[in-house]
Amino acid sequence: MTNIQYLAPTTLDEAVSLYAAAAGSARILAGGTDLLVQLRSGMINPGIIIDIKKIKELNSIEQKADGSFVVGASVSGTQLAKHSSFGKTWPGVLEALNLIGSTQVQGRASLGGNLCNGSPAGDSIPALIAAEATVNIQGPNGSRQLAVKDVLSGPGSTNLSQDEIAVNFIFPTRQLGSGDAYLRMIPRTEMDIAVVGCGVNLTLENNICTSATVGLGAVAPVVLEVEAAAEALVGNKIEEETLERAAEACRAVCNPIDDKRGTIAYRTKVAGVLMKRAATIASQRAEGA
Amino acid sequence: MAKMHVSTTINGEPEEFLCEPNETMLDVLRDRLNLTGSKEGCGSGDCGACSIMLNDTLVCSCLMLGAEAEGAEIKTIEGMADGLSLHPLQQKFLESAALQCGICTPGMLVAAKALLDENPDPTETEVRFWLAGNLCRCTGYDKIVRAVLDTAEEIRGKA
Ligand SMILES: Cc1cc2nc3c(=O)[nH]c(=O)nc-3n(C[C@H](O)[C@H](O)[C@H](O)COP(=O)(O)OP(=O)(O)OC[C@H]3O[C@@H](n4cnc5c(N)ncnc54)[C@H](O)[C@@H]3O)c2cc1C
Ligand code: FES
Ligand code: FES
Repeated sequence: MTNIQYLAPTTLDEAVSLYAAAAGSARILAGGTDLLVQLRSGMINPGIIIDIKKIKELNSIEQKADGSFVVGASVSGTQLAKHSSFGKTWPGVLEALNLIGSTQVQGRASLGGNLCNGSPAGDSIPALIAAEATVNIQGPNGSRQLAVKDVLSGPGSTNLSQDEIAVNFIFPTRQLGSGDAYLRMIPRTEMDIAVVGCGVNLTLENNICTSATVGLGAVAPVVLEVEAAAEALVGNKIEEETLERAAEACRAVCNPIDDKRGTIAYRTKVAGVLMKRAATIASQRAEGA
Repeated sequence: MAKMHVSTTINGEPEEFLCEPNETMLDVLRDRLNLTGSKEGCGSGDCGACSIMLNDTLVCSCLMLGAEAEGAEIKTIEGMADGLSLHPLQQKFLESAALQCGICTPGMLVAAKALLDENPDPTETEVRFWLAGNLCRCTGYDKIVRAVLDTAEEIRGKA
């Protein structure tokens, strides 16, 4: 057995100084649904495990007076689903997080863990990008904010430095007539890794799309924001011709892997299909909002 | 290496144990506390045989550290029956042959109870999705799903 320590600080300052002092030998523990698997398989061998779930900022959900939400990085899928208004405002983000794993995994899996694990197939990430969420990051030299779309730097890696902790996610104030949606394609109905995942967030005024953001996962080394797809939607009605142009923009940015779960051609085609379906659901939600 | 001293509550009783910092809750339950009802099917969160309740939330004990139990409320399959009288789900599983080898059964029961506590009137689809993280190699699931639905109906009838 190696010499390993488990610490559960109750303040962010304490966590940040422990993490910085460990100089790269520590690992953050949120829900552990990635970390424990990596630990048990010997993939990682940390000297210190820092459990962040006892820190208030990381484990709470707050709706501000302006309607924006602040969601702690370690809040679990189950916790977020039980919140009285988050899922009504951001159904796409919630459905993306709630697609992760089983009921048991939901009891633990967090947005922060999904993002910081850095998988290009992380289900919540396209929805977070579509929502234009930003993440507050704390390190020994202070705090900074990054848009979620700028966090991933490659498969399994992020732009957080080894002494930085993701604290919480900020979801901007919602305009009237907005809706979001997330869809993923997997070969089974549950418990599998996305072959493609697509999040769409948009606003409608008199049936015309006035703003849109599209996030696309599992088709490139990092989750992508597809600006060209959003541009195809804006200024138009959400109808077949518009959707087809946006889908073409999604297919154009695909640079997926080729494996037994999906060939390049298949993943590329499905990216367009999911984008159309997600945009349709988002617009129906926007009409109802 | 220094072991950790953990104070927790298991099935309503205060409990203390020593464990390694990287030891899972499943190993603590089975190897230190002799609560061997929770099973290890995979050790990677895929099978649900290790399901327990952590502060009233269903989790896989193989993906939780023993150290995380500090100050928490844990419930395991061992606490499901009330003394000698079985929980209605346990009784129904027996009556309707919702088990064969039995390895998945503790996890299925803990997960099914969590569902019925939250939703006393689930649809078949809801039961199947809720239990999607509990794998069974023997029964083909049908008898398990029926047993859960029948128990729900029975409990509602009594309420
Ligand atoms: C059975 C099973 C099924 C799964 N299915 C899916 C699925 O369908 N879709 C999917 O996307 N994922 C899936 N996963 C992977 C995993 O559940 C998710 O990625 C989950 O969101 C991770 O969250 P966590 O809180 O458990 O993270 P943890 O395991 O605690 O952490 C993950 C990584 O992020 C780091 N980290 C965590 N929080 C922070 C923070 N605040 N600041 C800095 N670093 C941090 C950790 O050090 C670790 O490296 C599955 C896992 C299992 C076991
Ligand atoms: S042993 Fe924990 S999920 Fe299989
Ligand atoms: S009864 Fe054998 S695994 Fe379910």
